Amino acid sequence: MNKQEINRETEESVQEGYDDSKEERKVVVPGETIVSGADYLPGEGAVREGEDIVAQKFGLIEHSGKLVKVIPLSGVFIPRRGNVVIGQVTDMTFNGWMTDINSPYQAFLPIMETPRFVNKNNLSEFLNIGELFSSKIKSVKAKGVDLTLEGRGFGRLEGGMIVFVNPNKVPRIIGREGSMIKLINDESNCKITVGQNGLVWIKGDNIEDELLAKKAILFTAEKSFIHGLTDKVKEFIEKEKGDKE
Amino acid sequence: MAYTKRIDGRKFNETREIKAKIGVVPNADGSAMFSFGDTVAIAAVYGPRQLHPQHLQNPEKGLLRCNYSMLSFSVNERIRPGPNKRSTEISKITEWSLAPAILIDEFPNTVVDVHIAIPQADASTRCAGINAASLALAHAGVPMKELVTSVSIGKIDKQLVADVSKAEEDYEEGEGATDIAMSFLSRSEKLAHIQLDGKISPKELNEAIKLGLETCKKIRKIQEDVLKSIKDEKGEK
Amino acid sequence: MIETSTLTKSAISEYISKGKRFDKRQLSEFRNLSIDLALSKKAEGGAKVKLGKTEVWVGVKMEIAEPYPDSPDKGNLMVTAELLPLSSSKYEYGPPKFNAIEIGRLVDRGIRESKFIDFEKLCIKEGEKVWAVIIDIYSINDDGNLLDAAFIGALAALKSAKMPFYDEKKEKIDYEAESKKKIPLTKNIPINFSIHKIKNSFFLDPSIEEELASEGRIILAFIPDSPVKICSMQKGETMVVSTDEFNKAIKLAEDKYDSFFSEVMKKIDSEILKLK
Repeated sequence: MNKQEINRETEESVQEGYDDSKEERKVVVPGETIVSGADYLPGEGAVREGEDIVAQKFGLIEHSGKLVKVIPLSGVFIPRRGNVVIGQVTDMTFNGWMTDINSPYQAFLPIMETPRFVNKNNLSEFLNIGELFSSKIKSVKAKGVDLTLEGRGFGRLEGGMIVFVNPNKVPRIIGREGSMIKLINDESNCKITVGQNGLVWIKGDNIEDELLAKKAILFTAEKSFIHGLTDKVKEFIEKEKGDKE
Repeated sequence: MAYTKRIDGRKFNETREIKAKIGVVPNADGSAMFSFGDTVAIAAVYGPRQLHPQHLQNPEKGLLRCNYSMLSFSVNERIRPGPNKRSTEISKITEWSLAPAILIDEFPNTVVDVHIAIPQADASTRCAGINAASLALAHAGVPMKELVTSVSIGKIDKQLVADVSKAEEDYEEGEGATDIAMSFLSRSEKLAHIQLDGKISPKELNEAIKLGLETCKKIRKIQEDVLKSIKDEKGEK
Repeated sequence: MIETSTLTKSAISEYISKGKRFDKRQLSEFRNLSIDLALSKKAEGGAKVKLGKTEVWVGVKMEIAEPYPDSPDKGNLMVTAELLPLSSSKYEYGPPKFNAIEIGRLVDRGIRESKFIDFEKLCIKEGEKVWAVIIDIYSINDDGNLLDAAFIGALAALKSAKMPFYDEKKEKIDYEAESKKKIPLTKNIPINFSIHKIKNSFFLDPSIEEELASEGRIILAFIPDSPVKICSMQKGETMVVSTDEFNKAIKLAEDKYDSFFSEVMKKIDSEILKLK
């Protein structure tokens, strides 16, 4: 994968990126009234009960116009169509791969969603059990999730390492319009693919670079509440680089 | 002699000192500690996650599974590790208390596991366990209609008291001790669980439930504060 | 659940074979150790031990029991370990699995063979009645190396324990009665090292990622002496080692012994002072 392709992937996630510039948001707990008034609309994580808009999740309040939603602070990855995910092959069937994408549902990658011809009798040549790959969620059905490799840059991950973060911290790691991940990308000299399921793939020229990127990603996830996080991450990376030698 | 003064000097409607904290088990999707005085519970939540074996899966909705266990050294006489009748019953009671509050219908074929461990017991362990579990579920990001809050109300001789200690549970004079464990949903204020051991008139029971609800409202405030403190990176109250 | 990835595993292997670790630790360096003795007022002794993010709880209870036929004048020791499903998504309920049994066995062996507990002093009536010391270990958060954490927990719990009061007339223990008597212990304080191997490198205190990448382990307990003595040992997994490699592994732990032993003792003793 080259740089351009990575940018393409980060763009995918731009809408999901976290905007640091907004005001500090309030934390709500399930069952708590967020606002009262007939003209408000409950968004994700919220519900109307009489006059009240009530939280159904533990998270931060976000108002956009009349719409009120709760941005969860925690929780497992809930797959959505279009999400970029990193998965691991767990089994093979006659027409594709059973995979684990760190979500409550199994995900299936059908053979016809691969970018090139794959011999049905030799699936392992393309992707083997235990191997990791990046992909996109094509559909979410009651029975499970279907994946696709359509789009450049998806496929088997070779080399590098994986970092696990809470899926709810992914918007922070991507940053506003992909700014945070670009920063870490540039400073560490690593290629980084962020899966919305909380798996992040880092690939650099050497392990030291990869570990620097890993640390910066974990730092971002841990300090996700801090204002002006981008500057803090920059400082952190500078300090880590200084410590090296 | 009538029970006019509590053994540990508390007011009749006063709980023991409550401590709570979230994030005590980093591996879990959500976790919490909750204590009433010397009664301590920790809870960890994993899920929703795929349920195995497959025949247990429900295509209509997600499953809640609770497991309560007292650690061997939580009481004077060592408890053998592994499940027993008491822990099996309390696990189910806990499940029934929490299920009405959580919204897992949208996760068919999955399970939410709630593990509760009691390292130190001085009565009311199931209530501490439910309070910890409710915090852990919220902390795990599981969708919930409301929180669940639990307390034990005692009738010691003729006196109603909040949050029964072991010494009160063992009180034998006069009418002795009646222990009523109950749990309320935080918003609708409906009763999600009640159990009673002892002897009490329906009228007194009515009063006991009133006291239970009042006490749970105070406990709920602590639960809310603990969850909201997550931003201070401490998650402690 | 994706536990670790094959990619990370091979990166760890490559790095450790160069003598380096992801978290910048030396090969023989432990993660931050903390000990808290406030586990349970109902336990005779107890400890919460953290090694980095790994947390283990160890409690000591005492009961009256019949002595074993082959040691009629000695107290009994029992060690159990439970890997709680609370502590990791990979653990399930049910009969103890090998990992749990092994932790119990290894802690038992280290303590028994070191003669750390003076079992003769735990005899009440020869052939009939002795004290039983029961050590129960629970994993609370598994981030690797539960065994060494459990072993430290057992030491801390034993050192800080108070024996309950045995009422000879009623022939039973009164757990509520005040007691200041300590468990009779000797100077043979054992300390455990789990030495793991990846490629040509041996290292101590594996994190969970390192544990999953590990090819095998040599587990041993030392007791103080000059020179230090080994009182129990076990090689784990199917890895094979040359005698040179084996000696190198022992040397790694031996060199670490002095500083680690004094760190552990200092932490336990300062916690015991806090109890008073």
